Amino acid sequence: MNSHTENDPCCGGQSRRSFLKRSTATAAILAAPPVLVRAAEKKLDEQGAEYFEKLPLKIEVNGKPFSLSVEPRVTLLDLLREQLHLTGTKKGCDYGQCGACTVHVDGQRVLSCLSLAGMQDGKKITTIEGLASGDDLHPLQEAFIRHDGFQCGYCTPGQIMSAVACIKEGHAGSDAEIREYMSGNICRCGAYPNIVDAIREVAQKGGVK
Amino acid sequence: MINFDYSKPATVGAAITALSKDTKAKFIAGGTNLVDLMKRGVTTPEKLIDITGLPLKGIEQSGTVVRIGALALNSEVAENDIVKKQLPLLSQALKAGASAQIRNMATVGGNMLQRTRCGYFYDTAMPCNKREPGTGCGALQGYNRMHAILGASDSCIAVHPSDMCVALAALDATVVVQGPGGTRKLPFLDFHRLPGNTPEKDNNLQRGELITGVEVPVNPSLAQHSLYTKIRDRASYAFALVSVAAALDMKGKTIRQARLAMGGVAHKPWRLTIAENFLQGKEATVANFQQAASLALKEAKGYGYNNFKLTLGPNTLVQTLKTLTGV
Repeated sequence: MNSHTENDPCCGGQSRRSFLKRSTATAAILAAPPVLVRAAEKKLDEQGAEYFEKLPLKIEVNGKPFSLSVEPRVTLLDLLREQLHLTGTKKGCDYGQCGACTVHVDGQRVLSCLSLAGMQDGKKITTIEGLASGDDLHPLQEAFIRHDGFQCGYCTPGQIMSAVACIKEGHAGSDAEIREYMSGNICRCGAYPNIVDAIREVAQKGGVK
Repeated sequence: MINFDYSKPATVGAAITALSKDTKAKFIAGGTNLVDLMKRGVTTPEKLIDITGLPLKGIEQSGTVVRIGALALNSEVAENDIVKKQLPLLSQALKAGASAQIRNMATVGGNMLQRTRCGYFYDTAMPCNKREPGTGCGALQGYNRMHAILGASDSCIAVHPSDMCVALAALDATVVVQGPGGTRKLPFLDFHRLPGNTPEKDNNLQRGELITGVEVPVNPSLAQHSLYTKIRDRASYAFALVSVAAALDMKGKTIRQARLAMGGVAHKPWRLTIAENFLQGKEATVANFQQAASLALKEAKGYGYNNFKLTLGPNTLVQTLKTLTGV
């Protein structure tokens, strides 16, 4: 039996994700100064956010152009997850220590948790959602499945984004080099040997696009 | 994170003006350290001046000097052909630092300006003279395993966490800065400060000044024998417990000149001048290396949990010199 499905009766038929979102928003209102609470009562977070100056932001995410406005303090990670609902990119530590939030900015792997969204104007972002073409998985996604390169899967999007860049950079020439250049991606389940197997296989088969 | 204003000037002059007229403003480039500190409430600037649009990214050799722009990324410098050929020590040190993702974000100027990773500095519930002058030093009597053994004071025993800076200290680099009063250059060794009674000041930049680049002299003899050794708690992606940057000018088995610096041991990259002078003109032997190492760490002092560095420091230096010379 599934205890917490998308239709869990405890959440009035709402998905867990939207329930969590709403409850977090409520908590934020309770903790906010009165001016924000009044703004928030009218239309939740949107008017509250007007309290702060926003920055215009034009970016391309997975080939799709977006014209947005963000508070200066919003990280690229939070923009992707909260505003664009691309929840494939994971928030692990949120302090640049685990690599779960790895994405590509203009083709280079970076940590989205330490990147301010407002500083990405004009950039092209690729997330884990942008790797597959339709139902055809990216060779590294297939290799991670074939080699059982994960257990809980939480670090996997970051591992795969990092692995794609690792091969493209030419840093997957040996197991030792793969380990060194993948050291910014922590896997607490300890799937490292299988992750190395997956990367080595794709690198030896001629790499990635 | 507490919110802040944001601006992105297009010229170096505009950036300096913006910073000069606002004491609560900070420059941001890669953000790998600053955003982390802002999320934790350790630093709370009211305005960020984004300098990533400034034309300070170039890496070029002119004559016997390699000029590296302050905004060149750590990964770009490490993989640059000029740097790999002329300054292999710098390339090695950069690759030993952080992770591939962070090196793709972090800049040369930002690397120099990164703050200590001392746990008491990072924890706003703890006393820290560097974060909040006058509150005391939590590390002095606390958990000080990562901390300094050289040049520390009763106010602060934090270490500078950079690998890149250890190599630049050994290579006699010069820092180029521009401020409201114009451009000036300072030797790399004079850039960072010892804590003394003012540990809140990491370096000798004046208000409104911007690092525009570093200049590193080329020395083919030293480049031939250079090695960066980093000892850390895991094989990769961890700050140094101790690191050594070494470059030797060799004639047969004789050391004509040595350039040595140590990381993870002080509030700034620690140049080992006494050991360099001792080795000059001497044969490359284990006995000479051991004596140089013991001279280098003569003034060192442990604070309890970091006493192991009193042994690890000299051993790392000896091992580095042995590897370099094949002794």
